Amino acid sequence: MTDRWQRFKKSALFHDFKGDKVAIVSFATLVLLFICAFSAPLIAPYNPYDSANIDIMSSEIPPVWMAGGTNDYLLGTDAQGRDLLSTMIYGMRISIIIGICAVALQAVIGIIIGLIAGYYGGKLDGFFMRLADVQLSFSYLMVAIFVSAVLQAAVGVGRFAEIAVPFLIIVIGLAQWPQYARTVRASVLAEKKKEYVEAARVTGFGAHRIMWRHILPNCMSPILVLSTIQVANAVMSEAALSFLGLGMPVTRPSLGSLINAGFEYIFSGSWWITAFPGVLLVILVLAVNLLGDFLRDALNPKLYKG
Amino acid sequence: MSALLQVQDLTVNFALRTGDLTALNGVTFALGEGERLGLVGESGAGKSVAGFAIINLIGKPGYIAGGRVLFQGEEISALPEEAIRRIRGHRISMVFQDPMMTLNPVLTIGTQMVETLQAHRNIGQSEAEAIAVDKLRQVHIPSPEKRLHQYPHEFSGGMRQRIIIAIALLNDPQLIIADEPTTALDVTIQAEIMDLFLELCRQTRMGLILITHDLAVVSETTEKIAVMYAGEIVEEGRTEDVVRRPRHPYTQGLIAALPQGDDQRGTRLNQIPGTMPTLTRIPPGCSFHPRCPHAMDVCSERAPGPLPVAYPDGGGGMAACHLYDPNLGDR
Repeated sequence: MTDRWQRFKKSALFHDFKGDKVAIVSFATLVLLFICAFSAPLIAPYNPYDSANIDIMSSEIPPVWMAGGTNDYLLGTDAQGRDLLSTMIYGMRISIIIGICAVALQAVIGIIIGLIAGYYGGKLDGFFMRLADVQLSFSYLMVAIFVSAVLQAAVGVGRFAEIAVPFLIIVIGLAQWPQYARTVRASVLAEKKKEYVEAARVTGFGAHRIMWRHILPNCMSPILVLSTIQVANAVMSEAALSFLGLGMPVTRPSLGSLINAGFEYIFSGSWWITAFPGVLLVILVLAVNLLGDFLRDALNPKLYKG
Repeated sequence: MSALLQVQDLTVNFALRTGDLTALNGVTFALGEGERLGLVGESGAGKSVAGFAIINLIGKPGYIAGGRVLFQGEEISALPEEAIRRIRGHRISMVFQDPMMTLNPVLTIGTQMVETLQAHRNIGQSEAEAIAVDKLRQVHIPSPEKRLHQYPHEFSGGMRQRIIIAIALLNDPQLIIADEPTTALDVTIQAEIMDLFLELCRQTRMGLILITHDLAVVSETTEKIAVMYAGEIVEEGRTEDVVRRPRHPYTQGLIAALPQGDDQRGTRLNQIPGTMPTLTRIPPGCSFHPRCPHAMDVCSERAPGPLPVAYPDGGGGMAACHLYDPNLGDR
C-alpha cells in the first residue's frame, strides 16, 4: 500500500496535479462536498426527514443576514419550515449517490458492450452500435417521463416515492450507456491492432483474457475521463428530472427537487429556497467537470507519452 | 535427426473483394530438433505470413488454403482452436520485431510472465515467479528479482527484447519463431541478441526459425537458409552453401547487393533491377523472370519446381530455377 502511494507520488499524474491550481481547488472542493454529504447526519443541524423537527410556522424564514432571519436557521427555511442548510446537505447526498450509481451502471453496461463490439467486430459490432444509435436518438427525458408515468400509475404515487432512487439510477444509467460503449469500442479498435495483443494471442491466451486483462486496462484513461464528465451529467440529469417532478419527492428532496420546490416561491420573495441549492449544484457539477478536464489533459496520450 | 517441424505445401490465401490473393504458395520445408533455420526475403515475400501460418494464427481475411504443418509428427494445422492454443506459447513460442510494442504497457513484466506460465501450467504464484526469475537470469537481465516488479517503459529496447525472449522461453518451448527480432534494435544490441539466441538454442536444444531480411544476421546464426520470393521458397540449403555459392539468380542478386568491403568504396552498390511484383500481379511462369539476368524463354511459360542442386563437397540443396533442370541442359 505504502509502495503504491510512493509510486503514485512519483507519477506524472501527481506531478501535473501539483502544478495545476484549478485541479487542486476543484479536487479540494469536491472532497469537502463529499465529506459533508456523507456525514450529513453528523454535521447537519437538523434532520429534514424527521417530521418532529418541522414546524410549518417557521416556514420561509430568510437567511440569517437578512431582516427577519434567525440564528437557528443559517440559510433560512423552505416552504415547509425545514432548515434549508440541512435539507441541502441531505439533498446533495441523494444527488451524489444517484449520480455515482447511475454512472456505475452506465459503465458496466457500456464497457461490456463496447469491449465485445470492438473486439469481435463484424455483425455483433454492427448490432450493438446500431442499438446505441437508436438509444441515443431518444431523449432520455422522454423515456424517463414515459416510464415514470407508467410506473407511478402502476404502483401509486405513495409507493413511487420509495422506489424513486433506484428508478432514477436505472433510468439515467440505461439512458447514457452508449457514451461508454462508443468510447470503449473506439479505444478497443485502436488497442487490438497493437502488437502486445498479437503477442498475447501467440502466447495462447483466450479471447476473454485478452479482452479483460490486456485490452481493457489500456483503455482506462478515456474511461476515467468520461466517468468524471458522466457523473456531472448524471447529477444534472437527476436534477432536471426532479425539477420536472419526475424524480425525488419533496419529502426526501434532492438538489433538483429542492430547486423545483423553491421555484414556486421565487416571486413571493423567498428566492433563497431555489438559489442556494442551485448554487450548490453548480459548484458540485463545476468541480467535477474541472477535475475531468484536468484528467483529460493529463492523461491525453498525444500530450504525454507514458 | 528426427523432424521437429514439417511444413508441407503450405498455401495461404487472402480473400479480397477482387478475389483471392496468394501470399504463400506451396511452401515446403522441414526443421530438425534443435536446428536453426533462417527465412530470408524482401518485405512482402511472405516470411511473416509463413511464421503465423505455422501456428495457425492467420488473421482475417487470410486463411490457410492448403498444405499441412506437422509438429513433432502431429498435424497441428488441423487441430481445433482450443487445442492449438495449448501449443502456442507453450511448445511453440514467437518473438516479434518491435520490443517497444510487444509488452503490455500497463502490466509489470512479472505479471505478464506469471500469466503466461499460469495459462499453460497449473502452478502457484511464488513458483511461477521463481521460474520467471530463472528465465530472466538466463537472458542476462541483472538483478531479476527487482526487475520483475517494473513496467515495460522502465527498460531499454535491448532489455525489453531480452525480456520478450525470456517470456518466450518460459514454458521451455521446442521451437521459437523469431520474426525480425533485431530489426528495431541498433547494431551492437543486434549482435548481443543474436548471440543470446545462439547460446539458448545450444543450451536447450530448441529449434529456431529466424525470419529476417538481413542476410548477415542469418549467416552468423542459422544452420540452414530458405530464401523466399513472392510467397515461394526459391532456394534452400546449408547456410554456408547458400551464402558462398548461391544458386538461384535471386539469391545471387541478394548476395551481390551486400556491401563487399573497401575495394568497392566510392562505387555504387549492386542491386537487383526492378521490384518484387505485388501479389495481385505475379507474372506467369517463374515469378522472378522479369528481373532475372539469366531469364530464358521457358521461364515466362511455366514455373520451375524445386530442383536439387549439388555442391562440390557433396552437400545438397534446393533451388526453384530452370537453370538446374537437367532436361533443359545445364548452363
